[in-house]
Amino acid sequence: MLGALIIVFREVIEAGLIVGIVMAATAGAPGRGRWIAGGVAAGVAGAALLAVFAEQLANALAGVGQELFNAGVLAIAVVMLASHNIWMARHGRDLAIELRTVGAAVTSGGRTMTALATVVGVAVLREGSEVVLFLYGVAISGAETTGALIAGGVLGLALGVATSALTFAGLVRIPPKYLFGATTTLITLLAAGLASQCVAFLQQAGLVGFLPDTVWDTSALLSDTSIAGRALHTLVGYADQPSGLQVLVYVTTLAAILIATRLARSAPPPRVASLTDAAPAE
Amino acid sequence: MTTRINLIGALVASCATFASATAQQAAVQLTLKDHRFIPAEAHARANAPLTIVLRNLDPTPAEFESKALRVEKVVAGGAQVSIEIRALAPGRYRFFDDYNEASTFGFLIVE
Repeated sequence: MLGALIIVFREVIEAGLIVGIVMAATAGAPGRGRWIAGGVAAGVAGAALLAVFAEQLANALAGVGQELFNAGVLAIAVVMLASHNIWMARHGRDLAIELRTVGAAVTSGGRTMTALATVVGVAVLREGSEVVLFLYGVAISGAETTGALIAGGVLGLALGVATSALTFAGLVRIPPKYLFGATTTLITLLAAGLASQCVAFLQQAGLVGFLPDTVWDTSALLSDTSIAGRALHTLVGYADQPSGLQVLVYVTTLAAILIATRLARSAPPPRVASLTDAAPAE
Repeated sequence: MTTRINLIGALVASCATFASATAQQAAVQLTLKDHRFIPAEAHARANAPLTIVLRNLDPTPAEFESKALRVEKVVAGGAQVSIEIRALAPGRYRFFDDYNEASTFGFLIVE
């Protein structure tokens, strides 16, 4: 039971932290519950499907199908998060001045809601498939009774959801004036971390050969298999033994998103039908 | 979207080249049985890329993982995977099954 609890808790936290940040980033947007629930549901369905075809995926594309799939999923998440931040920067001027329009702006930006729902979906997809595979493994090995397995899984799920809810509650306690900045920062770090994981899979697949060596080893200090290490891994992309390329990609992604959002902020915002009337004159 | 399709095409193409290029490199055979790696200590030559061929004889899936080797790969029950490893400096590299980390692990000794 403990094994099921720990594994489910660990994976739920990883996906849950991302869901928590996305929920905070869309605080006040009407209809966001539907989008996020849709993302979670799609992720769960995909995870079950993925677990069923795990073997075929592993053998696909000359044996590196799994790596390419993971890298692809992560790349999609990075692009979605970056485009959300850029979109928000473009409209940030209006949002900062008139906070009541945040909800309206996010709703009118159906694209950015789709982007965030996709991020939620792929996060649940990746972590969920691990849970399914693990639980399936325990179930068929008969090492634990079905009751204990279910109890452990449910408890792990509950603890994971509670932790994610606390993250969300902590984030939304930030005064509205700073909440936008805080979620933007978190999403930027999240995207950089996912980009570095993405390139790690490409390196594992042998598709990217340069800078393979480990830059630092802080596994004795804070292992990224510990719960705290995993949380940091998810939130800011902490890795205890990163390759040179991972560090490079992390820094590059961070810089690219910062520059792109800065450019978007200085460019005149495009006219959005539902916003034009509410936007104060400069 | 077109760019993405092109990118995937390019990836698939480079995969195929990659697979044929690495066909003749050193291989390390590992077996997973009753949640134990056999051998628990495998040996490999330093400074040369290698392939780990892992056969999972258990009916349960496992996730072969190693931070030092930078590998994270699911192996279905009764399945076999091969994993390409970069050229390594001499040392002792730990690997484990992510689903049973405390009990299922082994080392790759590179010398």
